[in-house]
Amino acid sequence: MKRTAFYSIHQHLGAKIVEFGGFEMPVLYTGIVDEHKTVRATVGMFDVSHMGEFEVRGRDAQALVQKITTNDVTKLGRGKAQYSSMCYPDGGIIDDLLVYDVGDRYMLVVNASNIAKDFEWVTSNIGSLDVELTDKSDTISLLAVQGPKSLETLQKVTASVLSSIPYYSFIETSVAGIPMIVSRTGYTGELGFELYFDSSLSTAEKVWNAVMESGKEFHIKPVGLGARDTLRLEMGFCLYGNDIDRTTNPLEAGLGWITKLDKGEFIGRESLVNVRQAGVKRKLVGFVIDEPKAFPRHGYEIRSNGHLLGHVTSGTVSPILEKGIGMGYVASEVAQVQSPINIIIRTKEVKAQIVKLPFIKK
Amino acid sequence: MTFPDNLKYTKDHEWIRVEGDIGIIGITDYAQSELGDIVFVELPVKGKHVKQGESFGTIEAVKAVSELYAPVSGEVIELHAELEHQSELVNKEPYDGGWMIKIKLKDKQELSGLLDVKGYRELIGK
Repeated sequence: MKRTAFYSIHQHLGAKIVEFGGFEMPVLYTGIVDEHKTVRATVGMFDVSHMGEFEVRGRDAQALVQKITTNDVTKLGRGKAQYSSMCYPDGGIIDDLLVYDVGDRYMLVVNASNIAKDFEWVTSNIGSLDVELTDKSDTISLLAVQGPKSLETLQKVTASVLSSIPYYSFIETSVAGIPMIVSRTGYTGELGFELYFDSSLSTAEKVWNAVMESGKEFHIKPVGLGARDTLRLEMGFCLYGNDIDRTTNPLEAGLGWITKLDKGEFIGRESLVNVRQAGVKRKLVGFVIDEPKAFPRHGYEIRSNGHLLGHVTSGTVSPILEKGIGMGYVASEVAQVQSPINIIIRTKEVKAQIVKLPFIKK
Repeated sequence: MTFPDNLKYTKDHEWIRVEGDIGIIGITDYAQSELGDIVFVELPVKGKHVKQGESFGTIEAVKAVSELYAPVSGEVIELHAELEHQSELVNKEPYDGGWMIKIKLKDKQELSGLLDVKGYRELIGK
């Protein structure tokens, strides 16, 4: 089992540690609800160093990234990032990822549990392309600083003007004296930044302490993977392994906006063109449970008039709405906002309603 | 974390306090801490007969849902109605305000199969 450079800090803080994607990660420190509300109200910091990072360099770097991802990498430019996905030839999703254009290279940020699979896949698609692909996952730390006070918190520990970084853009700068990539991205729906830097223990501690100290006046808290999940679900963001996997394609997952079928050839394109022409058979939808004290969970059945429509892919109690919220795939005909559906919670059938995502308006 | 020594414990992290032929049941400090924020406790109906080791309800935390298992067999004679609106009592006072049900014991012999405080602490390594 792997540990991030922040492991002893988590331990010291009394975090509850769980296995996730091959890493021992903090699932919570003070409590999921408390951490969740802190991020929505002020600012929280997440250790997400378990995420994987690949570097693609060389003359054909762009061609390789364009070939293996569904979004259009030619739309990037130095200092820009994009959300994308990688698909198999049949259109099934290998992973969702972020692509960073760092000028002399691309950085691909992938899910921890998929690092080995993804690296093998990308490697197998190099063919005759002139590229150098490196797995940098073990040498890069990643902290996410998220929440309405994230900008003020970070601004105090860097000389660069962070307010001028547009959403899904980044700069190379120093924070707390450590050189890093500061990216205006995140998985919470809040104003937020992600910091990529060298993963040595001394560096990790320096950055962590500086941000915690700077955020003190905003009551910054460390946030675990538990609240990371409830925060992303309130925004309707997909989680690989739950809402998307190799049996789902980006079009039915609501990821058509990162699937640029007209960008030219890429792996999975032909299948996805066929899906688009035939129309998607099922769609990933969000739903809110109408009844109190009823919370959907991954795997529960979604029914309508007794018919099985599909299964819940993600579900929880929303700390902000204080209601059961979830996502799942249903046939396109029933995937209408306000359509009534039923969720089978163990033996009970509860009423739910399909809603427009995100669950909370930002 | 506290584990009172006048209670009996199950391997599934419930506790039972016996008063005469009545058993008062809840979950341990360790269990509530592992579950995190508890948002709902689903209890059985009054009068239900439960068997030792069988599920008598469920507990929903933000993180996940878990089953509650009866430490002993018997009839459910009282439910802790306050938990309906204050499920956080299970987090705050697992052995007092967080109690869940009272059972009229069917067979006191069953108690001998439960863990004492020493056995329970060993089980969870605390």
